[in-house]
Amino acid sequence: MAERLVAIGRSGDREAFAALFEYYAPRLKAYLLRAARDPSIADEVMQETMVMVWRKAAQYDPAKASAATWIFTIARNLRIDAFRRGRRPEIDPSDPALVPEMDLPADQAIVRQEAESGLRKAMAALSETEQQLLQLAFYEDLSHSSIAARLGVPLGTVKSRIRMTFAKLRSSLEKSEDEGR
Amino acid sequence: MSIRHHVSDDLLVSYAAGSLSEGWSLLVATHLALCPRCRSRNRSAEAIGGWMLDCAGAEPVATGSLASVMARITDANPLQSQQRGCAESTPCSHDLPEPLRGYAGGELAELGWRRVGFTAARVEIKTGDPETQVRLLRFPPGMEVPEHGHGGRELTLILFGSLHDGGCVFERGDVADVDETVEHTPKAGPETGCVCLAVTNSPLRFRSLALRLVRPILGI
Repeated sequence: MAERLVAIGRSGDREAFAALFEYYAPRLKAYLLRAARDPSIADEVMQETMVMVWRKAAQYDPAKASAATWIFTIARNLRIDAFRRGRRPEIDPSDPALVPEMDLPADQAIVRQEAESGLRKAMAALSETEQQLLQLAFYEDLSHSSIAARLGVPLGTVKSRIRMTFAKLRSSLEKSEDEGR
Repeated sequence: MSIRHHVSDDLLVSYAAGSLSEGWSLLVATHLALCPRCRSRNRSAEAIGGWMLDCAGAEPVATGSLASVMARITDANPLQSQQRGCAESTPCSHDLPEPLRGYAGGELAELGWRRVGFTAARVEIKTGDPETQVRLLRFPPGMEVPEHGHGGRELTLILFGSLHDGGCVFERGDVADVDETVEHTPKAGPETGCVCLAVTNSPLRFRSLALRLVRPILGI
């Protein structure tokens, strides 16, 4: 999928875009339905997301994220615009006051994709409770205090479980990044 | 510059998921602008969302969706990729990074600082988030912030100078994260003073009765 996104960004490849749509549109709709409930609104925001994927494809950098992760961030932002009143403050990559990172060598792209697949293995190995917690945080658009209320546990417990789960995932990601180097 | 105190994982995961409210998100995003390491952590957190997009199910889309999107992209202009920030060797003219600069409405020196007590000053930052209070605070060199506890959580991002708290020194980009269990007396750096972004979800509780009485005057 990463190659397809790159092809869309480079040459406006409509065939690659149609293939991307076929795979991601139903997944985006499932994601958006968690917040929208109304299927026609979920369809609308899904279309909005796919149009944005097309328009932003030239900005996609496979060294930084898989196609799924990049598309998720676009859908997440449009979901916030559509369903919540607050804005989502974000960094401005062109801001001269941004402290830049070191340039990644070209083969880091492969490393990143491999690292993400390592992360996926680690996520599949999480316990059901841990997976449920991440699902609530990422898909149901619940704050940690709402998650605590939903699960009937104290807020501190939710926070520490999320920290532990993320630490576990992060260590697997960093490990596979190191191995890929 | 090396940042030693970073945003915690629970904030970063909420921010990546898109469920963190605007006030806290402003501080997290401003820290990310100053901290490449946390931008990489943030990408790892976003990868959880990517994984879910792949694995957490699919729903049939409305008929004609593809045709309608294909028609729309024919007219849509691609957005060009953006430039990178200035190299570390080039001095930057901004003392506030985005997104904070836009929220504050200018550079530190241009803002409408309001006196707090005799020597400190503050600028209220408006957000659409009713859950948090967001403000810039400026303390003169060596000033002690009166000992206080918290009814909730307080995040402080240092933007200029330093803040000394419980044996730790916080400098530009560092985040101090305290909750209701902490009572502390932070102190501004002896030479530089301190300017910071403070986000709280409840008013501070000062311990001494006298300080409680002046709190409405201090406005913190």
